[in-house]
Amino acid sequence: MSELLTGAQALIRALEHAGVDTVFGIPGGAILPAYDPMLDSTQIRHILVRHEQGAGHAAQGYAAASGKTGVCMATSGPGATNLVTPIADAYMDSVPMVAITGQVAGAAIGTDAFQEADIRGITMPITKHNFLVTDPNDIASTIAEAFHIASTGRPGPVLVDVTKDAMQTTGVDFQWPTELSLPGYRPVTRPHPKQVREAARLIVAAEKPVLYVGGGVIRARASAELKELAELLGIPVVTTLMARGALPDTHELHFGMPGMHGSVSAVGALQRSDLLITLGARFDDRVTGRLDSFAPEAKVIHADIDPAEIGKNRAADVPIVGDCKEVITDLIAALKTEIASAGRTPSYDAWRGLLESVRAKYPVAYDEPEDGTLSPQYVIERIGKIAGPDAVYTAGVGQHQMWSAHYLPFEKPGHWLNSGGLGTMGYAVPAAMGAKVARPDKTVWAIDGDGCFQMTNQELVTCALEGIPIKVAVINNQSLGMVRQWQTLFYDKRYSNTDLHSARIPDFAKLAEAMGGVGLRCSDKDSVDATIDKAMSVTDQPVVVDFVVHRDAMVWPMVAAGTSNDDIQIARDMAPKWDGEEL
Amino acid sequence: MSKHTLSILVENKHGVLARVAALISRRGFNIDSLAVGPTEHPEVSRMTIAVSVDEQPLEQITKQLNKLVNVIKIVELEPSQTVQRELLLVKVKADTLTRGQVLETVQLFRAKVVDVAPDAITIEATGNPEKLEAMLRVLEPFGVRELVQSGMVAIGRGGRSISDRTLRPVPVPPPHVQTGPPNVQARPANTSASTSAQASTQASAGSSHHPVPAPPPGRTAAAVPNQH
Repeated sequence: MSELLTGAQALIRALEHAGVDTVFGIPGGAILPAYDPMLDSTQIRHILVRHEQGAGHAAQGYAAASGKTGVCMATSGPGATNLVTPIADAYMDSVPMVAITGQVAGAAIGTDAFQEADIRGITMPITKHNFLVTDPNDIASTIAEAFHIASTGRPGPVLVDVTKDAMQTTGVDFQWPTELSLPGYRPVTRPHPKQVREAARLIVAAEKPVLYVGGGVIRARASAELKELAELLGIPVVTTLMARGALPDTHELHFGMPGMHGSVSAVGALQRSDLLITLGARFDDRVTGRLDSFAPEAKVIHADIDPAEIGKNRAADVPIVGDCKEVITDLIAALKTEIASAGRTPSYDAWRGLLESVRAKYPVAYDEPEDGTLSPQYVIERIGKIAGPDAVYTAGVGQHQMWSAHYLPFEKPGHWLNSGGLGTMGYAVPAAMGAKVARPDKTVWAIDGDGCFQMTNQELVTCALEGIPIKVAVINNQSLGMVRQWQTLFYDKRYSNTDLHSARIPDFAKLAEAMGGVGLRCSDKDSVDATIDKAMSVTDQPVVVDFVVHRDAMVWPMVAAGTSNDDIQIARDMAPKWDGEEL
Repeated sequence: MSKHTLSILVENKHGVLARVAALISRRGFNIDSLAVGPTEHPEVSRMTIAVSVDEQPLEQITKQLNKLVNVIKIVELEPSQTVQRELLLVKVKADTLTRGQVLETVQLFRAKVVDVAPDAITIEATGNPEKLEAMLRVLEPFGVRELVQSGMVAIGRGGRSISDRTLRPVPVPPPHVQTGPPNVQARPANTSASTSAQASTQASAGSSHHPVPAPPPGRTAAAVPNQH
């Protein structure tokens, strides 16, 4: 079955065949041809954003909340370069995304034409793969390949750059391919049985194992399998920033988030472990601290769908390449066999008891500010309590992100969206927009900082006009809080360029109203709940709540950059004690 | 650090050389030599890359290269089991006094003279890198005026071929044909009826004073025509 179309019609038709229902984007000269047939598509809803970065993060939010591939679209040159940040973000956090950009006409490529940028060259290091399409007959197969690559294996962003003349060509014989030829792309999802058996042997022989769970478990939708594995032998679990919600926080085997701002029990569990069962995590420097003193006694089982992650930072004793869902399923079976043949079930009671005592002794906690100002942690905690674990939460980057990671209720996968790897300030609002489009039935809260919010808040206009009623909590400490915290701790309180003065300017509530939303403000503890309730009651418009909070609240615990995880502090100059000795 | 020779089969598409070279430099490695050219299959090109690197980083760079979608296969060639060749063209000063000695060197190394001028000789030589280095050492005292060298190419000894099985096409169904792929799943089942009911009751409350008329939340793309 084939018919004659323009290249642009072929592009839109291909997107429909790929199952796309939403595109976030902005038109412009080079992509203009594609926007004409877009008007006729009944399948694709195009959401006109206010900045291409917003389109990219919205596509990320859409993807992370739905599990489908997010799509964003922009024109050539500045439109395309504005997508670079979200593309890099999606690459770091393995988000399935396809970015479509217009390119100047084929004959003009390389001439420094108006709005020309070599976006394929620019995005080579930050995409899973990218394409430049100059022949309109390649459009359908390229789109099919792009979606296949973005969504399979380790998910990631794929950019398709299409020249304007390719889109304008008429008489394109449209054929949606029935098979793709990608001779160099064969992701391994099925783990090797021998490696899985070896892993099971190590687990049964271990005394202090920990399941070190990363975002790969979320992407693989392997939460149920993870729970079964953990409960099978009672193995303690820690979930990284990207994996919050992979196992419910309230589960007794959950010992928190590890890392630079991780809980003492999670950091301690890794440091004292004799076996790390690493699932879809990548030994990021924010988790390991100084690598040479990270989990010094531990053997390592490392399962990841990306072979290049295994052994990259920490050598693996048992490497397993495969999809986390299949790895965990096979591991459960192998463990049962191993236990049956050994005739005894390993017990980690003593180890778990030790961790439980640490967890009880050093819960993640905060002190109320002494001057009566609002505590940012309290605000986030209350939002979590009132909106509950069914809400989707996004965060920007910085102190509010870490507090969100600690104080929001994470009970389910796919409800926590944040910029983990790249650390992109400004992620929260557009990502919340994308998440709300993907899950209109869910309450979506963006927990944002006053610095982050000022980077991408223009998308509130999009939300207001397109009927995307997100809720934004601006945790307003009038400064670039995380940087200020470092200046307090490591730069002798010399606050160079971190004061945003955002208690006065801008007026976030008025700003929200100017952009077609509801603006609220809260600065005292007693009205926090009422303000959140009020925000929850607005369901047809975006809401922004300006929570004016104490400016010097700090994120604890903390492992200072470049130091060992053993040097974790629960508050300034306060180290936890581990079983009578210093951790 | 030790020298390693990687043979990389890639799809013969534009931009592939840039991808491979950029990836190697991005990960902090220096390429000693690189050669690229066609193979017995028109759709496949072959790169030979020589790098000086330790085992562990070499493994990492190989894995990273394998992640490139256009890279079909990577083989590390063992020097003892491999024929390695480079091509070198060198212009050496040679007048009537020294020409004889230069020609003697050319013969010793089984090289060829490809051009002669009154004051210089241009020599073509092929061989493994060690042989060419040795020849250059001998020629150096005469005065090297210009030197150009190809990247090394290498091929394994024996009857086997690294490209034998690489081109067998593996058909992949495009996205919409796939049966139940994990990433195209419908929404998780935990969408509770109570939340949506709650949302709709809240929608009717307290929205009267808001100035901007907004479409109802949660419209589905298919049900509502696009309003552009």
